[in-house]
Amino acid sequence: MSLLSNLVNGISLGSVYAIIALGYTMVYGIAKMLNFAHGDVIMVGAYICFFATQNFGLHPILGALLAMVVCTVLGITIERLAYKPLRQAPSLAVLITAIGMSYFLQNSALLLWKSDPKVFPTFFAFQDKATGEMKTGITLFDGGLTITYVAMFTVLMCVVIMVGLTLFTGKTKMGKAMRACSEDKAAAQLMGIDVNFTISMTFAIGSALAAIAGVLLCSSYQTLMPTTGSLPGIKAFTAAVFGGIGSIPGAFLGGILLGVIEIFAKAFNTQISDAVVFAVLIVVLLVKPTGLLGKTVREKV
Amino acid sequence: MAKQFEKPKMVPVPSHSIVPERDLGKLPVLECQHLGIDFGGLTAVNEFNITVGPSEIAGLIGPNGAGKTTVFNLLTKVYQPTRGTILLNGKDTHGMSTAQVNQAGIARTFQNIRLFNNLSVEDNVKIGLHNQIRYPMWDGILRLPKYWKQEKLAHESALELLSIFGMQDLAGHQAGSLPYGAQRRLEIVRALATNPSLLLLDEPAAGMNPSETAELMENIVKIRDTFHIAIMLIEHDMSLVMGICEGICVLNFGQIIAKGTAEEIQANPKVIEAYLGSQKKGGAKK
Repeated sequence: MSLLSNLVNGISLGSVYAIIALGYTMVYGIAKMLNFAHGDVIMVGAYICFFATQNFGLHPILGALLAMVVCTVLGITIERLAYKPLRQAPSLAVLITAIGMSYFLQNSALLLWKSDPKVFPTFFAFQDKATGEMKTGITLFDGGLTITYVAMFTVLMCVVIMVGLTLFTGKTKMGKAMRACSEDKAAAQLMGIDVNFTISMTFAIGSALAAIAGVLLCSSYQTLMPTTGSLPGIKAFTAAVFGGIGSIPGAFLGGILLGVIEIFAKAFNTQISDAVVFAVLIVVLLVKPTGLLGKTVREKV
Repeated sequence: MAKQFEKPKMVPVPSHSIVPERDLGKLPVLECQHLGIDFGGLTAVNEFNITVGPSEIAGLIGPNGAGKTTVFNLLTKVYQPTRGTILLNGKDTHGMSTAQVNQAGIARTFQNIRLFNNLSVEDNVKIGLHNQIRYPMWDGILRLPKYWKQEKLAHESALELLSIFGMQDLAGHQAGSLPYGAQRRLEIVRALATNPSLLLLDEPAAGMNPSETAELMENIVKIRDTFHIAIMLIEHDMSLVMGICEGICVLNFGQIIAKGTAEEIQANPKVIEAYLGSQKKGGAKK
């Protein structure tokens, strides 16, 4: 039964990684840069949702929507101020800027919201009509397996987002413009596509996804600090590389697999779980350098 | 696709037209005045003055490194000109970005094919249709009726455009997997999809055999007659240039050395000296 329980937890955690990884992969696929500040946008999203619901008493859904709006604006602003002036610069310069932006966000959060951990509320608790107790999940096999509502919702959101993004990039005009920019920015421009606007939209979508991931991550783990986003951010980046960076189904697959591996490794030995995760990544990249579903190797970074 | 074309207004044309007798009384599609660009100390193009009339096929020829592709890059604002003005349908393109110039009516193909190789043939054409398809992003995300209507229109337009070259059956293929000749044709279709009034073709016949070139010549004329657009092409294949271009402009070291009809160009001693080198007139590939 613990096997099944670990699998459920793994898929739930993996879904959060997958949502974050989708943001990484979108930005990498289109702007050809690694946005290391992505993990910290997650943290900002979670804080916005936290304050909106705790201090202003907004409904959690409204809080999450507000977080998405704020993160979208933040993402576009970061792109305009920090990355756009470096569009022609070597990729290493952009990479360093992204790392700098990551620390900037972390330390700004430290200054604004202090370092003490906030206890993130449980949004997914419903009153049991029969007993009157607050339930946070459904229990199966006489208490042998508990699936929390937040886990179910996380997996559902992840699948919806993955399918939605696949349809968006494949079937809509904006999505096609994004893929055109991903392949050849100069040729896309000559087709009348505003490349700067397209890249801004990519950042907007990635950041909105980061906000969703932040709310879901903190709903599951319930601690919120300025550094909350950084490790999941790096793990999600790993997941994106694992699945093949630039590929939307790859980010999904990589995220889920990474989550499951991490939870099983934790069950085996808590201390070495992260080491196992990265060891798996190294093995996969040795066997298939483009990642599980990756196609081409890009020259940048 | 039901395309609406504005009839050109009757306006006198400046004297430096490639084919003055054809264009008199019509508003030129393209007019370059004193166009020039310097790269550092090097003057790549200087005093480039031409006029291309509506429905005119113009040729831009010259030895390698003469600045032909640079002229195309100036027209499409890949490079910002150092001097001079470019008027497109009488409108100054100063300060426009590449994407805006395309929306204003200039489309082009590339010397080395630059298709979106990982996308399907149809999607390549649809990217060309980007500014013709009109629905807000939200309609696309939520798949509202407007999205379906516009995407259906885009699909039909793409197939119709592909049928110019009989390529509608290839719509689902990956662009990068097409044979060379088909990739060149797809590039032209993609450029046409942006609904240009001036189509720039950079060496459309490069790498084609004589029968393919002959077919391409027919198709270029057919495109001009169907869409009533002006076409300007860079080409080294003299049979194509002399065969279909109504006006020819010869460029050498960034300067225009001759302008005129095929006969005039072939008889021009400056052209023979600069472009055909030491070869005699009869030695040209005509």
